[in-house]
Amino acid sequence: MPELRFRNLTLGYERHPAVHHLDGTVRNGALIAVVGPNGAGKSTLFKGIVGTLKPLAGSIEREGVAARDIAYLPQVPDIDRSFPINVYDMVAMGLWGARGLFGGIGGKDRYAIEAAIAAVGLTGFEGRTIGTLSGGQMQRMLFARLLVQDARVIVLDEPFTAIDARTSADLLELVRRWHAERRTVLAALHDIDLVRAVFPETLLLAREPVAWGSTREVLTPEALNKARRMCEAFDESAEACVVAAE
Amino acid sequence: MAPFVDFEFMRRALVGMFALAIGAPPIGVFLMLRRMSLIGDAMAHAILPGAALGFLLAGLSLFAMAGGGLIVGFLIAIAAGLISRSTPLKEDASLAAFFLISLALGVTIVSLKGNNIDLMHFLFGSVLSIDNAALLLILGITSVSLFVLALIWRPLVLECVDPGFLRSVSRAGGPAHVAFLGLVVLNLVGGFQSLGTLLAVGIMMLPAITSRFWSRDVTGMMAVAVVSAVVASYAGLLLSYHANLPSGPAIILVAGLIYVLSIAVGPFGGLIWLVLPRRHLEA
Repeated sequence: MPELRFRNLTLGYERHPAVHHLDGTVRNGALIAVVGPNGAGKSTLFKGIVGTLKPLAGSIEREGVAARDIAYLPQVPDIDRSFPINVYDMVAMGLWGARGLFGGIGGKDRYAIEAAIAAVGLTGFEGRTIGTLSGGQMQRMLFARLLVQDARVIVLDEPFTAIDARTSADLLELVRRWHAERRTVLAALHDIDLVRAVFPETLLLAREPVAWGSTREVLTPEALNKARRMCEAFDESAEACVVAAE
Repeated sequence: MAPFVDFEFMRRALVGMFALAIGAPPIGVFLMLRRMSLIGDAMAHAILPGAALGFLLAGLSLFAMAGGGLIVGFLIAIAAGLISRSTPLKEDASLAAFFLISLALGVTIVSLKGNNIDLMHFLFGSVLSIDNAALLLILGITSVSLFVLALIWRPLVLECVDPGFLRSVSRAGGPAHVAFLGLVVLNLVGGFQSLGTLLAVGIMMLPAITSRFWSRDVTGMMAVAVVSAVVASYAGLLLSYHANLPSGPAIILVAGLIYVLSIAVGPFGGLIWLVLPRRHLEA
């Protein structure tokens, strides 16, 4: 049963497409790497999936997946590090979907929070204010929050950029664990070797979809070259797109 | 202690100020954390023409002035928000424009009917002339304010720290923001009678800004803010009584003194720790 279906999907900004005519399905329990050069539309696609960006054309069908069921880690989280809040409370935010505005946090919830903090290796950091965390520690904390969210679909936008090797390895273990738990995981990544080693399925995106399928078949030198040749800038003199809509 | 024991008007002023000192500083803490400190100031001025209109229509009637202030305050908060969403202006610029216009408009309206003394009361308050009706109003405002704050606590905190996350899990962000602005206006109207438009925001912001030096979590900051507001109210009223000074400014001056002391010796970020460094820890 598919989780997400893209029908002739075009997403973009001020009528310029950043994702152009994407078709395809994301199956339940898939582990998909989204690969492409900078400006290829990976973040834009994720914003469309999460619902922050409305399509310019086409549609995204979420089969029985509500907004609550999708956990999203953006590329550059807009977090105010000077705010007086500690790691424990930040991770506890992941319970919003379950507890809402007023729900109290019970014993089971506390256990989940502590287990998540331990799973990312941040035991002992519970009382630290977020302003005192390093980049890697911050990322671990955000992963802990994702764990607490307990979502069916997890969308990660370049989760390992500027993170040290040990943290990446630890967080990658979590991704493998989610896959084993039959959650659907999409991750935008730049490290091709990592993708080949861990991800069975890849979408190669360069504004238009270049290839989508098993990683071995998609990440060929020809396909990668084709993606690399994509023009990054929007064409200011472009005409209205004449590709027929379905 | 003597003036509070002997004089009922002093007792009423004290109770009124204590109520304000409990309701307003928590709002001020959030204003500060959301980098909206000056917006509180601007909104305080925006209330003036509404209160002045109430005064024009019904004289020094508390309910006319408070009602007028509330209505115009809400309208300006909403208008500034709308303008910042649909024109190139950001909220700080559009509010700045509004508050300057409001201040001039309010002063003009008051001078149509009132005299200089009325104007002084508008701008700087007259906490010693709080009657029972005004006291009830302030107590009511404080209660409503604390209740609503508890209600919108989670979205408020989240919107400060991680607005992207809030947007992805809930649609409460927008309504919570509007409710918060409403609380700001409400507390400013509450403080308007005691401290006047120019200083009402003082009891909201000064204790909150002070609390930054004494605590590292939001609840702790609120507790410190409330305590320093209470102390400032008590000491300020006493000072104004014994030294024969106007009471509103006296209260704010004491709050200001507490702030300066906190900059000097506050545990978190106080200047004294730069001058007397301590040895670093083992691990």
